[in-house]
Amino acid sequence: MAALKSRTRRYRVSKRLAPYLFLAPFALLFIAFLIAPMVYAFTLAIYKTTVVGGTRFVGAENFVRALSDPKFWQGVTVLLQFALIQIPGMVAVALLIALILDSGTVYAKSFFRVSLFLPYAVPAVIATLIWGYLYGPAFGPFTQLANLLGLPPPNFLTPGMMLPSIANIANWEYTGYQMIIYYAALQAIPADLEEAASMDGASSLIYALKVKLPLIVPMVVVTIIFSIIGSLQLFSEPYLLHNLSPTVINNAYTPNYYAYTLAFTNQQYNYSAAVSFVLGGVTAVISYAFMLIVNRGGRT
Amino acid sequence: MTIVGKSKRSPTFRRNRWMLSAILAVIWLYTALPLFYVLVSATKSNNDLFTTFGLWFSDDFRLFENIGQVFSYQDGIFSRWLLNTIVYATVAGIGAALFSTMAGYALAKYDFRGKRLIFAIILGAVMIPQTALVVPLFLLMSKVGMVNTPWAVILPSLVYPPGVFLMRVYADDAIPNELIDAGRVDGAGEFHIFSALTLRLLMPGFATVLILSFVATWNNYFLPLVVLSSAEYFPVTVGLAQWYATATVGSGGGAALFTLVLAGALISIVPVIIAFIVMQRFWQGGLGAGGVKA
Repeated sequence: MAALKSRTRRYRVSKRLAPYLFLAPFALLFIAFLIAPMVYAFTLAIYKTTVVGGTRFVGAENFVRALSDPKFWQGVTVLLQFALIQIPGMVAVALLIALILDSGTVYAKSFFRVSLFLPYAVPAVIATLIWGYLYGPAFGPFTQLANLLGLPPPNFLTPGMMLPSIANIANWEYTGYQMIIYYAALQAIPADLEEAASMDGASSLIYALKVKLPLIVPMVVVTIIFSIIGSLQLFSEPYLLHNLSPTVINNAYTPNYYAYTLAFTNQQYNYSAAVSFVLGGVTAVISYAFMLIVNRGGRT
Repeated sequence: MTIVGKSKRSPTFRRNRWMLSAILAVIWLYTALPLFYVLVSATKSNNDLFTTFGLWFSDDFRLFENIGQVFSYQDGIFSRWLLNTIVYATVAGIGAALFSTMAGYALAKYDFRGKRLIFAIILGAVMIPQTALVVPLFLLMSKVGMVNTPWAVILPSLVYPPGVFLMRVYADDAIPNELIDAGRVDGAGEFHIFSALTLRLLMPGFATVLILSFVATWNNYFLPLVVLSSAEYFPVTVGLAQWYATATVGSGGGAALFTLVLAGALISIVPVIIAFIVMQRFWQGGLGAGGVKA
């Protein structure tokens, strides 16, 4: 009897405590490596360190400086342009592939599905250096082909072409990943819907565009928001291509690049933290604005 | 996308199948081009790289010499980088998947104070650009002497908020409450219920988070670039990028590094590509589950 009682009590305590214990490992790491750096960035940003005056409290000064820093906004502008160039094409092609694979009207379906996804397994750095060689004016294959045909060699690394060139690398890396997500969503649509549609005499093409596509639109919107967030974090691709085109890609080409330069080249840690913090804020505002626009558009 | 009827023998179906296959074939060529290029280039001598056509093999097949060079250059540091990458990605992948599974399970299957708030914070964290935190993270870690150690890469990579979100949704669907209740009636403790009864049902979700966080760590560049300074701790991405910068910028000796960089790139992507093909059953099922519900 006594044994049973103690067992029951231990079970009760455990049930109340258990969720917290299950959450504990994640929560501790989350606090240490996500919340703490955020708080630390904030505290750094409200101070200023100068050689003469030492470290002193400056309040919002660094934030105001970041918000009125042309270099910061240059980076944000570049990334917004980048997002506009890159995301629509990627989403359209990924949807096209997903719809084709889902229709089943295609040869070698699983071969295409697997091989089109593979670039996702290639690190961005390696994708960038491979494309960097392909773009290369010295021995890139495109230059070789142009020389062979007697055409002027294409230059992918001019100021005007740089963003499309980076967008191409990003498209190459992530289209397959988006495609797999869309494909899975299309596959999850119950088959009886299709039977109902074909009984109505609806063709598969109309069915795909008018029934299936609208059903996965909310999910497409979510992936677009994540793509926008991803775009604003761009670093590896320009950082590597800087080697090829140091004049086109300066050390404030993207906000992350700028924060990196401020911290590790200029040793302006306080200001760098403020730039990181403001970038987080700008990202949140832009994703939120996009969500509002989509919701409003959806209602009318 | 058949126009009329479902018959696979109808002429319309066959014509459409050719057309749609052709569209995919064009996209496939684009996808394959860089991979083919790196494969071809890794077989060439540095001289042939500049003088022969980039998209076809030259007569001088040097793949094995180049691979040998990659592993012997700078006292064979490349194998160290490869090993580092495998260790970082494996530890971070398994850890992130385990902690996400536990947290997702708690959020899905228990009622407790603060549950809504905790979930809202984690959901909000999915929106935070993690790279914006890399520089502050470096400054914070340098205070406690953690920079330039493997932990500086592994510990932050264990935090994978999308994994918690995914596992919460997954646990909600995959685990019947009756199963947990039955375990409790039989007198099993909460941890025993988790490890013996429910973990098995959570495995497909676990595998998905494992693959996603493994790839995220394997591909990461910004974090290790910032927090590591000794070449012996570099992952492949940082090491290879350094060789690349030397090859591109450095005059004189630098240019000889081109084949090395390309062969190194080939070596570092082949294992992951093979792993993806072998494990396609897992990532396709799992990514699907995550994708539909995300």
